[in-house]
Amino acid sequence: MRLGRILSLAVLALVLGASIAANWLAPAGYAKQYREATDAPPSAAHWLGTDELGRDRFARVLYGTRISLLLAPAAALLSTLLAALIGGLAGYLGGVWSRIAMAVTDLFLSLPWLFLLITVRALMPLDVSPFVSVLVTFLLLGLLGWTTAARVLCASAASVRNSDYVRQARAAGTSGQRLFWVHVVPNLKPVLHAQFWISIPVFILSEANLGILGLGVAEPMPSWGSLLKELESLVSVGAEPWKFVPLVLLVLVVTSFQVLLSRQEDAAA
Amino acid sequence: MKIRNCNSGEIAALQSAVAVTVISLGMMVGLAAAQGGQLRFCLHNEPKTFNPLQVDDDAAAAIRYLTGGVLIRLNRQTQQLEPELAESWKISKDGREISFKLRSGIVFSDGTPFTAEDVAYTMQELMDPALHSPTGDSFRSGTGKVEARVISPTQISIRFPAEVAGLDRMFDQVSILSQNSPKKEMAVLGPFMVADYKPGASVLLQRNPNYWKKDEQGRRLPYLDSILLNIQPDRDVEMLQFKRGELDLINTLDSEYFDKLAATSPQVVHDAGPSLDSEQLWFNEVSRAPIAAYKKDWFRSAEFRRAISEAINREDLSRIVYRGHAQPAMGPFSPANKFWFNATLKPPVYSPDEALKALAAEGFRLENGALKDKSGNIVEFSIITNAGNKARERMAVLIQDDLQKIGIHVNVVTLDFPSLIERMTQSFDYDAVILGLTNVDLDPNEEMNVWLSSSGNHQWNPQQKTPETVWEAEIDRLMRVQASSNDPKKRKAAFDRVQEIVVEEQPFIFLINKNALSAVSVRVHGAAPVILSPQTFWNAERLAVSGN
Repeated sequence: MRLGRILSLAVLALVLGASIAANWLAPAGYAKQYREATDAPPSAAHWLGTDELGRDRFARVLYGTRISLLLAPAAALLSTLLAALIGGLAGYLGGVWSRIAMAVTDLFLSLPWLFLLITVRALMPLDVSPFVSVLVTFLLLGLLGWTTAARVLCASAASVRNSDYVRQARAAGTSGQRLFWVHVVPNLKPVLHAQFWISIPVFILSEANLGILGLGVAEPMPSWGSLLKELESLVSVGAEPWKFVPLVLLVLVVTSFQVLLSRQEDAAA
Repeated sequence: MKIRNCNSGEIAALQSAVAVTVISLGMMVGLAAAQGGQLRFCLHNEPKTFNPLQVDDDAAAAIRYLTGGVLIRLNRQTQQLEPELAESWKISKDGREISFKLRSGIVFSDGTPFTAEDVAYTMQELMDPALHSPTGDSFRSGTGKVEARVISPTQISIRFPAEVAGLDRMFDQVSILSQNSPKKEMAVLGPFMVADYKPGASVLLQRNPNYWKKDEQGRRLPYLDSILLNIQPDRDVEMLQFKRGELDLINTLDSEYFDKLAATSPQVVHDAGPSLDSEQLWFNEVSRAPIAAYKKDWFRSAEFRRAISEAINREDLSRIVYRGHAQPAMGPFSPANKFWFNATLKPPVYSPDEALKALAAEGFRLENGALKDKSGNIVEFSIITNAGNKARERMAVLIQDDLQKIGIHVNVVTLDFPSLIERMTQSFDYDAVILGLTNVDLDPNEEMNVWLSSSGNHQWNPQQKTPETVWEAEIDRLMRVQASSNDPKKRKAAFDRVQEIVVEEQPFIFLINKNALSAVSVRVHGAAPVILSPQTFWNAERLAVSGN
């Protein structure tokens, strides 16, 4: 397992490092169109060929990776914090507060959030730049993705609240606020870590799904979702395996996260 | 012997004649070898009805075409009207009445005789307001009833309350129903009849044993025994089934599939040239639209629109997005529409420099790579289109790049279709749109709802109480002139002028006309794909399939 974790870390570091260095590594900007060389196979000039509009695929993979890999953790952080606040407090307070919070969580869980995302995206102003559209997409993912984690945290917080050491602290006259921050929250950390790491691949895949529907990051900015759109036609990719590179990267990154996550779960256990 | 010098035109004509002869001979040989068989292809959605008078979708229209008997048929190849169940017809001078002389001795698929009473019954049903027939709607003119007068079993006259332009052509869509058959709309006069329907799976059509037509050799048509229509919305699956030999034709292909198929089986793909369909960009010119006033000023300026049009590289749109299977659009009608296209229109010119000059004359200036209007506003707008339409998304990105060259920043936004329609027709909260017009009819009368300023489909500025511009008032007038006359010359002159005005004013910036692409298996004999729908099976009664 140790080797697996090292490899996973190495993969993540390599992918993240390459994407951060995209400005230096990429042969051209992600939007540059080589109109005389559209849909070209890999060559010395274009390592992964060009897409249907003549844009260098290697450059787009690097920039797309940067967007997906930096913003997915940001969205995961936001959703984990919301889950901690709502689920943690509900579990700690218990009683009617817990029931209200879980009812709200259930309501959110029952919403078809893909359609909700589509609706919110459709209501957004049209004159936002592609960069803002990226931020909004991941912000929405973060704001809507806290529910499952909240349920887990609620159960964990309830368990901590009923533990002997919290009862002793309460009997010793410790204030509620101190109880929450000093005794409950630190004991929720392993669960919070696990939920954070779980959320990252979920958000990467969610953005990819939105991108495939054409509702994610706006053109010409790339993301893994928009890059994966090239694979939606079975007919077009069979003879062009280099188009699978974004998918391979996605699988590698998600798998790496999962391997690291298993360590988090072990630690939590 | 003296050999006459031929010019290139004559040589081309000679070559064409030889080619046609060879193809015809080949088709005859093929047909002699293979008659009958089952033709298999896909419908992309479930047919909503089998009642030919209520057809409102592509699947039902295909079934209507294959099963319905009509009085007059538009030949999809020559684009000319031809007699079918009617031997001849005549339109009165006032354009309100059409008289038919019907063929005798014809029976429906169930054996019920066909008479003028059936035509009268069909017209009565068609015009029944309670039926809400989309086909019937195109016949409505003025107020009052449509009167069908049966003169004899083979003669009928139909009178309309007001003049109907292109009246005879509309009968191409009217499948005659039987008044007396207990099977009602399932008794047909066309070459095939519905034999089986498995919802969500397939529709089986079998040859109509009573079909009245015979070929030149006196053999009864149709040649095919049956047609199996698989209900399959997924184009990838359709393509794979065709490659595996499970389908015999694909009626419409997109350019990507076409090229992939052409790479392995060039003999099965057919590019019939530019179709009637167009893709266009338009700006929001609605005066009450919730967008900045300075943007409205740009969008309502013909000079601005012309400059944008000039800055778009349509050749690249055709070459890159449609892989060369499209032509830069010249105006509202494609050159494929042989009669109605205004041949005096000039092809669009791509010139970013000229576009910039034209904009400069209007007070726009380029500063640090960004175009600004005379008030200093940076020229930036969004183009919306429907998510999932790859061709439109790609065109939008190419246009984004083209306009960046003259300093205009474009945001491309893809929306789900209901949201797009809501913005276009309800809130008017948008700057520009890329969408297409699918023309199924050659006649401009079918586009009245697009060009009349009072119409809801006058997309750049719909439902105007009175025309807001002089040129829109002129288009309104000309469209009414062409719609209220049955004189082809007068109608053509009026619509030619409409096309000129549209090109001058650019309310729609027409981008491309897609080519009609299809695939037909080599097992199918007699196929001659055309640009008009149904492209590959317009002559279904003369198709034959061997080897299945």
